[in-house]
Order: sequence, then structure tokens, then C-alpha cells
Amino acid sequence: MAKKKRRFKGGEIPTASMADIAFLLLIFFLVTTTIDMDKGLGIVLPAEGEQVEVSSKNILNCLINSTGQVLLGKEPVKISDISQVVRKKLQDNDKLIISVKTHEKTKYKDYIAVIDQLKIANATRISIAETQL
Amino acid sequence: MKFERKTRLSSDIPTASMPDIIFMLLIFFMVTTVLREFSGLPVDLPKAMRIEKLKSKNHTSHIWVSKEGLVSIEDKLFNTEDIRHIMYERRAADPQLTVSLKADEQSRMKLISDIHNELRKADALALNYATLQATD
Repeated sequence: MAKKKRRFKGGEIPTASMADIAFLLLIFFLVTTTIDMDKGLGIVLPAEGEQVEVSSKNILNCLINSTGQVLLGKEPVKISDISQVVRKKLQDNDKLIISVKTHEKTKYKDYIAVIDQLKIANATRISIAETQL
Repeated sequence: MKFERKTRLSSDIPTASMPDIIFMLLIFFMVTTVLREFSGLPVDLPKAMRIEKLKSKNHTSHIWVSKEGLVSIEDKLFNTEDIRHIMYERRAADPQLTVSLKADEQSRMKLISDIHNELRKADALALNYATLQATD
């Protein structure tokens, strides 16, 4: 039996489906990429040991107690009203520093709500005091 | 007078370079994809309205605080007193470091305040309270 000799025609990788394969990979990476940017309220902490004397009329104390009630200056305020009150006070005195003081057992949620309100009022000078019992 | 077109234009889009273009796109996405490195602790983030985006993921370090009072950095639990050492090293390696605090809305301010103090000791002063966007 004689073997038929095949002529070698030169090897070639089929490239017709290349685009499809690359597309599949592309879609895979598109789907698995999570573009979840971290979002949040930015704040800059004061440096360690940094103490600045501020005249008492430029300070607005904002106290939050453990049940989430807020005392702004001397009067109790609802959390949702803080931004309006603070905005008014900032118009009178643009050097106002808002000092946020919390109780040890204050919920973080209430604290964030207050900081958010201050941000809405465009208060840039926010100071965070240590917790108190 | 009638004009006759001299050149025949082929009407099909050239597809020979298509795989190259797609590969370029593919490589772009592969390079820019940052896989999520750490899973963190289960937290319910508080909601806020005036939120801002963090600038860069590469300059961000996360601290997770669960409602039970656990503190986790990169999937390891730490005591609050240890935060200063870790953050000091991070901060020394990357002066643009921003700390993202992912704390549960039910956690207490005592712990958050302790973390503030630790970060101040580590000189990592740029802080961001991770929050969700409030809907209203």
C-alpha cells in the first residue's frame, strides 16, 4: 500500500475568531471592574499638640448627647435645623469655629448627621473635641 | 453633463485591525482594574448628603469599625492603641495618605474619638468618614 504524500501547505493559525475572543475577554473585564469610588465626609484632624487660643466669641459649641439631642450654643436644636442656624451665625461672624463635642456613648450616626449639617451650612472651621462623660 | 466616478470605493469597514484595537482596550481595562483587596468587617455605613469623593484609591487606607467595637485594618483585627504604629508607617511611606473610616452607624463616639487621637499621634490627619449618599 502506497502512502500518499501530502504536500505541506504551510501552517496558519486561524485569526478570524481572534476578535471574538478578545471581545469576550474585554467584556469579562468590563463586567468584573468595580468602579466603586469611596465617598464620604472629609475632615482634617488637628495636629498633635497643636493648640490655638481662640477668643470665646468666635466659638460655637455644639454638644451631642447620648440620645442624639443637640445643644447648639445654649439652645437645643433639632439635627435637621442645624444647617440653617449655623448658616445664619456664619453670616454674622465668618470667623466662627464650630466645636463639636460628643458624649462617650453618642452614636456615630448622630455625629455624622451633625457633621453633614455643618457641611451643608458651608462651615469650614469644624473642630472636634474629645468625648466627655 | 454626466459625471462618472473614476475610483471605485469599497463599502466595507476594514476589520483587519479590529483585534488590535480590541486588545488595546482589553489591556487598558486590565491595567486600570484594581481588584478589591480587603473585605473588611460587616458595617452599615451612615448616610449623609454633602459627600465628596476620595481622590485616589492608591493613597487611601481603610479602617473598619464594627458595631461591636472591633477595629480592623486590612482584614486584621487591632487594638486601638496599635493604630498609631500602622498608620505612622503608612503615612511615612505615603505623605498623601487619606484614612477612610468605615464605621458602623451604631458604633459609639468613645471609640471613634480614640481613633481620632491615634491618627493624630500618627500624624495621619486627612480623614474621611465613609458614608452612603442620602436619598432625599
